[in-house]
Amino acid sequence: MLNWEQSREVLDSLWRHKLRSGLTSLSVFWGMLMLVLLLGSGNGLQRGVTFQFKDDAINSIWIYPGVTSMPYRGLPAGRSIQLTNNDYDAIRQEESSVDRLTGRYYLQGEYSVSRGERSSSYYIRCVHPDHQYVENTTVVEGRYLNNFDLARYRKVCVIGIDVVDGLYDPDETVLGSYLKIKGVLYQVIGIFDDSGGRNENKQIYVPVSTAQRVDNGQDQLSQLMMTTYGSDIETSKQLEASLRSRLSETHRFDPADEQALYISNSLEEFKRFLGLFAGIQAFIWVIGILTLIAGIIGISNIMLISVTERTREIGVRKALGATNSSIVSMIMQESILITAISGYLGMMLGIGILWVVNVYVLPTEPSAETMFLNPGVTPGVVIGALTILVVSGGLSGLIPAIRAVRIAPAVAMKS
Amino acid sequence: MIHLHNIRKSYQIGTRKLEVLKGIDLQIGAGEFVAIMGSSGSGKSTLLNVLGILDDYDDGLYELDGVPIRNLKPDQAARYRNAFIGFVFQSFNLLPFKNAVENVALPLYYKGVGRKERNRKALEYLGRVGLADWADHLPSEMSGGQNQRVAIARALVSQPKVILADEPTGALDSQTSLEIMELFKAVNQEGISVLIVTHEDDVARRTNRLIRLRDGLIDQHATLPESATHA
Repeated sequence: MLNWEQSREVLDSLWRHKLRSGLTSLSVFWGMLMLVLLLGSGNGLQRGVTFQFKDDAINSIWIYPGVTSMPYRGLPAGRSIQLTNNDYDAIRQEESSVDRLTGRYYLQGEYSVSRGERSSSYYIRCVHPDHQYVENTTVVEGRYLNNFDLARYRKVCVIGIDVVDGLYDPDETVLGSYLKIKGVLYQVIGIFDDSGGRNENKQIYVPVSTAQRVDNGQDQLSQLMMTTYGSDIETSKQLEASLRSRLSETHRFDPADEQALYISNSLEEFKRFLGLFAGIQAFIWVIGILTLIAGIIGISNIMLISVTERTREIGVRKALGATNSSIVSMIMQESILITAISGYLGMMLGIGILWVVNVYVLPTEPSAETMFLNPGVTPGVVIGALTILVVSGGLSGLIPAIRAVRIAPAVAMKS
Repeated sequence: MIHLHNIRKSYQIGTRKLEVLKGIDLQIGAGEFVAIMGSSGSGKSTLLNVLGILDDYDDGLYELDGVPIRNLKPDQAARYRNAFIGFVFQSFNLLPFKNAVENVALPLYYKGVGRKERNRKALEYLGRVGLADWADHLPSEMSGGQNQRVAIARALVSQPKVILADEPTGALDSQTSLEIMELFKAVNQEGISVLIVTHEDDVARRTNRLIRLRDGLIDQHATLPESATHA
């Protein structure tokens, strides 16, 4: 079926019908280009979001005390659970899979912060030094809280850059100055910048021990947060179970009582996001397949029209001695050649564009804002798509060609 | 050369069956120069299609150069057409995207002749119809008469036994028609049978034998119109 003479005839025919060939090429080229760009950016989006999760400590566990909903060992339901420093110490000493650990103590009432004449409302977090790692806080000036601050109940604080903007003139020295929080003066020892959330930079961190003492909070903790070593879901689930049984023992609630203790495991959340990615991925695939189908319809249309347009030519060729198979094979070769070449070019351009975006448009180092990372396509997938296009290009030439050669040449030449 | 025995052919038009050829008996010898005439609907185009193996027939027997042409597979029909018959059409039927020499070479391509030999022969036959200098021109760049000459060269290039021409002068002016008929005459004098379907007396007069069709049958009493030029 394939020979040099016929290939020459095919190339010649394609070359002489530039408009027709051009239109067919364009539709295949465009379909392939879109497919590559779509799949590539989908992959980039997924990689970017995955990267964000890696950056944001996907291995963290947060514990909030609640109110018991089941009676337990003679104790009635409806008791409030209160975490304490003892829980912190016990977890610190006995849970080997815990890497960073911090408590949070919430101050009661208004969080009014003043400095001389100026005052404003900010968020106060009373925490352990490890909080810096759990929240990913970047200190830009001075230092963060340390264990000495806690041990000596120092009245010191680390403030966000938005607090600096609100309470200080631009040329004022911030470090070493004092802020009055709920009537007590705290010395500023550090400034931080946390791009994490909207209000993160409106936070003021003070040592949890100081706050407990000043607020008469004894050894109460409002919340515990920790990260685990490694990030496998197995370790994380084990730790979660261990924490629940430990705390149910200490605070006497039913381990099955979900409302007595809320444990939020970001790894689980991460797994939920993986589900979301699967959704995005499926969406991209649906769009990709629809693009492909649009491309196939485009080729089929042009092939159908071009073969119909060539009915007369087919009739003439047959009158001159062309066999049906030689005509069908000629049309097939034309359509396969044109879809293969233009599909390949579309694929290469798409890959080229993704490469340019990757190298010249995206920042070289992923940052906290990165939502799009290493856009690219799997070679197998695009080559598969190209193959489908080429095969359907061939088929969409085949069907009208078979129909066309069935027309008696006498009739075909009259068309 | 051509033996037709009781050829019948009908077309199905809706629920009605239209008989076009109602039993044609015809013998045409090698080297004859024949005109087929008849009013429209007389069946002359159908007869030509049957003779050219472009269309099948229902009943009877058609022998071409001793070979029965009956129930052929499409590819076999294509090979016989290529080997035995050269076609010339009213509307030339040149491929518009191929130049003169490529059009003439096309039957040789389907015969499996190599490219060089093909082009050499095609040029030779273009020369015979006086168009050697026009080899590189597309059909759209040539006059009707030139197109028909190219078509005749194409019909001759595969050295057929029979040339079948369907209203070959129908789209040409009278002077050009005359030239084309001279060309056919020259071809015929080389021993190739030439059959021309026409409705022009002028054309028929230049042939040696007239077959007149009437309602799907051959009119036995047809004679060539008196002609001053016919010797």
